[in-house]
Amino acid sequence: MSAPRHEPPRRRDTAALIIAAGLVVAGGVMLWDSARLADLGGYSGIGPASVPRVVGFGLLGLAVWTAIEALRGDFPERPPQNAAPVLWIVAGLALQLMLLHTTGFSIATGILFGFTARAFGKRNLAMTIPVGIVFAFVVWVVFSQLLMLHLPAGPLEHLAFPRG
Amino acid sequence: MSAFEFLLQGLGTAAEPMMLLYALIGVTLGTAVGVLPGIGPALTVALLLPVTYRLDPAGSLIMFAGIYYGGMYGGSTTSILLNTPGESASIITALEGNKMARKGRGGPALATAAIGSFIAGLIATLLLAFLAPSIVKLALVFGPREYFALMVLAFVTVSAAFGDSALRGLTSLFLGLALACVGIDQLTGQARLSFGTPELLDGIEVTTMAVAMFAVGEALFIAGQRNQQEDEVTAVKGSIWMSARDWARSWKPWLRGTFIGFPIGAMPAGGAEIGTFLSYATEKKLTKHPEEFGHGAIEGVAGPEAANNASAAGTLVPLLTLGLPTSATAAIMLAGFQQFGLQPGPLLFATNPTLVWGLIASLLIANAMLLVLNLPMIGLWVKLLTVPKPWLYAGILLFATLGTIGANPSAFELGMLLGFGVLGYVMRLFGYPIAPIVVGLILGPLAEQQLRRALSINQGDWTTLVQSPIAAALLGIAALALIVPLILRARGKGEVLSQLAGEED
Repeated sequence: MSAPRHEPPRRRDTAALIIAAGLVVAGGVMLWDSARLADLGGYSGIGPASVPRVVGFGLLGLAVWTAIEALRGDFPERPPQNAAPVLWIVAGLALQLMLLHTTGFSIATGILFGFTARAFGKRNLAMTIPVGIVFAFVVWVVFSQLLMLHLPAGPLEHLAFPRG
Repeated sequence: MSAFEFLLQGLGTAAEPMMLLYALIGVTLGTAVGVLPGIGPALTVALLLPVTYRLDPAGSLIMFAGIYYGGMYGGSTTSILLNTPGESASIITALEGNKMARKGRGGPALATAAIGSFIAGLIATLLLAFLAPSIVKLALVFGPREYFALMVLAFVTVSAAFGDSALRGLTSLFLGLALACVGIDQLTGQARLSFGTPELLDGIEVTTMAVAMFAVGEALFIAGQRNQQEDEVTAVKGSIWMSARDWARSWKPWLRGTFIGFPIGAMPAGGAEIGTFLSYATEKKLTKHPEEFGHGAIEGVAGPEAANNASAAGTLVPLLTLGLPTSATAAIMLAGFQQFGLQPGPLLFATNPTLVWGLIASLLIANAMLLVLNLPMIGLWVKLLTVPKPWLYAGILLFATLGTIGANPSAFELGMLLGFGVLGYVMRLFGYPIAPIVVGLILGPLAEQQLRRALSINQGDWTTLVQSPIAAALLGIAALALIVPLILRARGKGEVLSQLAGEED
């Protein structure tokens, strides 16, 4: 995974510096939130805020360490990535999330199915989305009717099972 | 009663038709996910958690254990025929196994892997059964401080001791610990890190997080890879049966692999991979055919395969007796126990012996089922390898979201799935290990609870943590496990450690 490539070594690693900044934010949020809590230590001397505080300081420390490694260029080389397929899957998940309660499980999940297949090279959405909807519908029938799982129903599901 | 009588009783429970069905479903699913590259046992158990809410606890746990064992069997098939390990514990098998398959000896390679897995599973499960009662006896004297020390040790070994960077392991662990703080505090009822969002009061759902990390993150990572080469399945030619010579060369590595893998799995020191590496190294040293190593030596398949199954059984020792998960799959199984309101540990052996011994005994049955599933029916599993990637990953994401929606059909939960999925992707991209964040999320609250209990018993006196010899020793080992690898890495000897690291499971 970390195959070295021919680039000048020991370069400042911007992406890793962004990670360090993210860790600072995460640690800061932990500390800010724990400052707000009334620290009722009780018998133990440590209350609800103690552990978040320790974890918060830990994250800050790791952020410093990350920044040092980033400045020294110690982070491993990233495998080259294509952005488009990743965005297709993220878009599929986001659409499913937004459509779930209006169109029901099958249609929303069918769209996710089609988008994921596209990310892996099956480009014809007119074919993959219907396949996905049929597959998701079968899954919906099995899991909601037989295994009694609560899966949101939409027009398609109401059509097939009017009593839902 | 002796362990033997308990085990017989457990066999009675496990032989009930419903339990046999659960075990069969478990081992079948487990083999399937072991065979499929990209999904492992940890993810499968996480996906199934919401589906099993309404099922019988004993049956569900038997199914989960079947998946764990099955995943270890199935992984070898992928390694041997595809040269792409189905799960991390099978990386070593690919070295020799795939070479054997290319020479037309795929059949014997699969056979020695399956039979070795069976023998290792059998011996290791019996060891588990006979060791468990004594560890339980020992664990009964454990107080909160010993448990806290044990969990600190688990944190360190999972995150910092192995892998190529202590920094990235610890970062992953601390992110998990931070996420574990979200929700209502167990002792005072104050809301932590929930920012007025009612959905966060219950904390972060372990299943959502695990599914996001293992399924969504992995799918994004694989999809984004630029040069995807098409994997080629090597067909199994000739007889799948082993010749007398194969048997003669296999049986010793099986046994050695078992006795290497089991203790390593049982120690709170991470997954099954380490045992497979050690077993491979041992076989390479002891073999009478050193020239064959690297070109398809049967010992190099037999030993590591036995070792990985034995460590799977080994990880169940701390999980069942102490409630301490040492691998990602074991951590998810712990979440499975908690879902049914059960806390694995010494008390469970006293309060619910039927369940615990039924589970242990069912492992013996599952192991026998797996031998049948994996030898005569190997052709069926090989077909699974030909499922094209677009359909495979589209299906994985369908079931990943199904599990989350089934547990909680809200846009918020799906948003968390997406968010953690992207986090998992970034972590994979930058070489952060995944297991520590999952273990941190699951063990974090337990460790905090034990720490606060230990300190309340002693009125907030911190020295109490090291006043018991057991706790002090455990914390000492944890400190060594943190510091020694740091020194080794600083001296440029980190390669051995990063070789010992697994990706997940």
